[in-house]
Order: sequence, then C-alpha cells, then structure tokens
Amino acid sequence: MTQRIPIVENILSANDNMAGVNREILDHAGVYAINIMASPGAGKTSLIIKTLEALHGRLKLGVIEGDLATSIDTDKAIAAGMPAVQINTGGDCHLDAVMVSQALPSLPLSDLDLVIVENVGNLVCPASFQLGTHLNVLIASIPEGDDKPYKYPGMYRGVQALIINKIDLLPYVPFNMDYFRLGVEILNPGLITFPLSAKTGEGMEAWADWLVAQGHPKDK
Amino acid sequence: MHELAVTQSILDISLRHAQKVGAKRIVGINLVVGKFSSIVDDSVQFYWDMIAEGTIAQGAQLHFERVPAEMKCLECGHAFEPTDESFACPKCLSPKVSISKGDEMRVESIDVE
Repeated sequence: MTQRIPIVENILSANDNMAGVNREILDHAGVYAINIMASPGAGKTSLIIKTLEALHGRLKLGVIEGDLATSIDTDKAIAAGMPAVQINTGGDCHLDAVMVSQALPSLPLSDLDLVIVENVGNLVCPASFQLGTHLNVLIASIPEGDDKPYKYPGMYRGVQALIINKIDLLPYVPFNMDYFRLGVEILNPGLITFPLSAKTGEGMEAWADWLVAQGHPKDK
Repeated sequence: MHELAVTQSILDISLRHAQKVGAKRIVGINLVVGKFSSIVDDSVQFYWDMIAEGTIAQGAQLHFERVPAEMKCLECGHAFEPTDESFACPKCLSPKVSISKGDEMRVESIDVE
C-alpha cells in the first residue's frame, strides 16, 4: 500500500547547512566574506584587482576564484599580490558551499580581513547556492544591456549590493538607466548600488569605502 | 543549469526520509517549484533516472507542482502574473510592486511502499 510521507524540505538544504559551517569558520577567523556574481565578461576579476588598489591597504584581501577550468584568474590575483586559491568546477555552472569549504583551508585566514569569492560567470544558477559569505554582490555591466533585471530576476533578488560596471561606456552603448533601475527597485527595493568603472577608476573609492565599513579589520 | 546538483539533493532528501519510516520503495516524489527557481522538469527527470538507479527510489515518478510568479501591487493591491518585459501593475500601471510567489523549491512529500 502506498503511503504519503510529508517532508516540506528545501531542495538545497544540504548546501545551506554547509554554507552555515563555512560562515562559522569565517566568523571564527574574524574574516568578512563576499560572493561576487556576474555574467562572463562583466569585469569580476579586474574589479577585484582594482578593489585591492582602492583599498590602499585598509583591508587585507584574499580571493577564491571559481571557474569551469584554467587558473588564469588566480594567476592574475597572485600577480596583483593577493593570496588566491582556484576552484575549477569541472563543468558545474556555479560554486557551492562544499567547494568553498574545500578552498578555505588554502587561504591564510588568520592574516586576512576580507575574502572575495569570485563565482562562475553566470546570471542564473549561482543565486540559488549560498556559500556562507556575509554578502552577495552582483556586478552588472553597461554592455550587457538594461533589460537584465527583467530577464534574470533570481540573481537580482538574491544580492545585498549591486555594482554597475563600465559606466565609461554609457556614451557609446544604448542603455536606459531609468528602465534598468526600475527593474532593480522592484526586485530588490532599496538595494545599495555602486555605478563605477574599474577601468577609469571612477566610483571605485565609494565602493572601497563601503567595503571597509562592512568588514571589521583586524587590529594588528 | 544546475539540475544534476538539484536532482542529487532531491534524492538525498527522499532517501533519508524513506529510511526513517522504514520504506521498502519510493514510488513518487512530490516537488513544489516556483517560476523564479529556474529548474527544468525534464532535465531533473533525466538525471533522476540515472542517479536513482540501484536505490529504493529507482523508477519513482517525479511530480512537479509549478508555482507561477505572482506580484502584488503596493498601490492598488492587485495580484498579477508579471510579463517578461514589465513588472509594473497592469491595472494601475504602478511600478511599486512586491513578489509574493515564485521562489518555491522544496520536496513537499514522498509516496512510499
């Protein structure tokens, strides 16, 4: 005889539990962590490297790089002077909490104030997988177009800060900022937003100052 | 898409609960999936047939209850399903709306023998 067993459990509960463990490890080490998500080519890696410069040593920064393959991004981060560890997902379209838990021991957490996790370039899946970071940050970029909040609502809903990168391209690309911001406001009312250009440096200071205010630099 | 990871989680949750009640076989899995959770039913079923093989959940039928997106207008209270191009209220055209349904992504129940 068939019997129905009620469950009512979130499908990704195992990932959420592991994210909780990661958070405890980070908190115990006194490290603030952010998860940066964006489409491929939005400028995640260059923004991270420019963020290091804009911080002027106010925070000690480490990086976890997520990619399908290659260590190109990690090589860039190390060259810029940051401790960095690469996760190759081997085809998975997002980082999950287990991958991050395996990467954390490779970073000198006791020497760091802030860890930036660069997620796999993708506007769909990463939003569903909590990593244990304190903040989710989305980088939108002007050439992607102004309709992305409407097309990828899940991503815009799941973040606590939004960077609008490549604003130096606004004169050359059709992009209706009001239409873009309206979509964002509906999905995520009051979301803090940083329009900037990692290339020219415009707006980088505001972003860096905000990061410093979020984290708790270790007293050395 | 991340259907393999999602399917693995569904299998883990189902097996864990089936074991708790000493079930011999899982014949059905009842899922509630909202429009915003971007899961493709056919892909999950495809992976299911592969990864459930050899477990007591082999051959189980996956039932998807799809929850459409729903938004509520904060000005006039009208509840509506948003279109792809606009989230504004179709009744009073206000852009001030909030999302009330569509985030669901859970295993509601399993049918066991």
